[in-house]
Amino acid sequence: MHEVDMTRYLLQALEDWREQHPVQPHVGTVHLLVGEFTCVEPGQLRLSFAAAVEDTWLAGARLSIVSVPLVGECLVCGNSYRPDPTCGYASPCCGHPLETILSGRELKIHRIDYSRPRICGPPAQPPLAPGQPTPPFPDPSHAHAHQ
Amino acid sequence: MHMPTSDTMTINLLAANGRQARHNRQHFDAWGLFCINVMSSPGAGKTVLLEQTLRALHDNHGMAVLEGDMTTQLDAQRLAGLGVPVIPITTGRVCHLDAAMVSTGLQLLQQQCDPASLDLLWVENVGNLVCPAEFAIGEHCKLALLSVTEGDDKPLKYPVMFREADCVLITKIDLLPHVPADLGRMGHHIRQINPHCGVFPVSGLTGAGLGDWLAWLGQRLPAKDHHHHQGAPRTPVV
Repeated sequence: MHEVDMTRYLLQALEDWREQHPVQPHVGTVHLLVGEFTCVEPGQLRLSFAAAVEDTWLAGARLSIVSVPLVGECLVCGNSYRPDPTCGYASPCCGHPLETILSGRELKIHRIDYSRPRICGPPAQPPLAPGQPTPPFPDPSHAHAHQ
Repeated sequence: MHMPTSDTMTINLLAANGRQARHNRQHFDAWGLFCINVMSSPGAGKTVLLEQTLRALHDNHGMAVLEGDMTTQLDAQRLAGLGVPVIPITTGRVCHLDAAMVSTGLQLLQQQCDPASLDLLWVENVGNLVCPAEFAIGEHCKLALLSVTEGDDKPLKYPVMFREADCVLITKIDLLPHVPADLGRMGHHIRQINPHCGVFPVSGLTGAGLGDWLAWLGQRLPAKDHHHHQGAPRTPVV
C-alpha cells in the first residue's frame, strides 16, 4: 500500500508547484505518467489521492493517470520491443535479456490543469528608458477595487 | 473570474524523496561511508546474512546497521550482539524505508559514533519485494535476496526489484535438497531482467557461497583514507 506514500510525495510536489504562483491556483486535474514497469497501482493511487485532498487547497482535484508501456531495446538487433514476462522479458527476435529500457519506468507529473483568479488592474507600464525619471506613485484615492 | 490554463512539466513523482536521497548520499560520500540497501521479501534471510557478513568483515571494517522493521526491534536486538552500532527504525504502517527515515537513522547514528570512522553502512529494509525497489535512500549499492523456498518465478513476478538490484543473493541453498527449486532457472530469470548484476547462491546457515559474495563486495568498496576522514569536521545530518 505504498500508494499512500506516493500520494504524500505527490502532494509535496504539488505544494512546491503552488509556491511558484503568486495567487493560489484552483487545480482541476493533475495528469500523471505512470510506467508499466513500476510498483504503482493506478487505481490505488487515485483512491489515495481522492482521500488525501479532501479539505485541502486541492479539494476537488482529479487525478488522471496515463499508463506508459514497457518498451525495451534489443542490443543485438536494435529493435524495440514490448517485453513479455511469460517470455522472461527477453527480446522476441534474439532471446537477448532485457538490457535497455526505453520507457515504462516513468513516475511523473506531466501536466496540471488549473484556473487562477483573473487579476485586473491598470495596464502594465512600458519599461523606463535609461535616465528617465521614475513616475510618482498614483494617488491612492483614485484606485478602484476590481472583482 | 478564473482563467483556465495548464502547466506542462516533467516532475518526478518522487522528487522530494530523490532530493533527500541525494542529500543522504552527500553525507555518505563526505564520511567515506559505503551504503548498502538490503532488500527482500520477509523471511528471505536478510538478518542471517547480515550476521554472517558482519562477522566476516568485523576485523577489517568499521560498520553500522540501520535496521528497518514495521514493528518490533527483534532484528536490531539480534544484530546488536555483534559489536557494531545498530539503529532500529520502526516504520509503523509503512512497508519500506524512504530517504527521510534513513536521514533520521543517520542522526541517531551520529549520537553513537562518528560515521566518518566507519567504512560500511548496512541498511536492512523492511521485508517486502515490491515497495522498497521504488524508494531511493542514497545508497551506493542495492542488494536483493531471494530464497530458494520462494520459487523460481519470483524474478518474473517482481521484476522491478531484480532490475534495480546491483547484486542478488539466492539464499537458503542448504534447503535445495528439500524444495523443488531450480538454481539455474532462478539465476537465468534474474539475468533475463538484469543481465549485468552479480548473482551468488549462498547459505547463511552453513556459510556456503559467502566467500564469492564477499569477494564481489570487496571489489566495490573504495579504499578509505581513515586519516583524512577522521580529521574531517562532523557534519550534522539535516
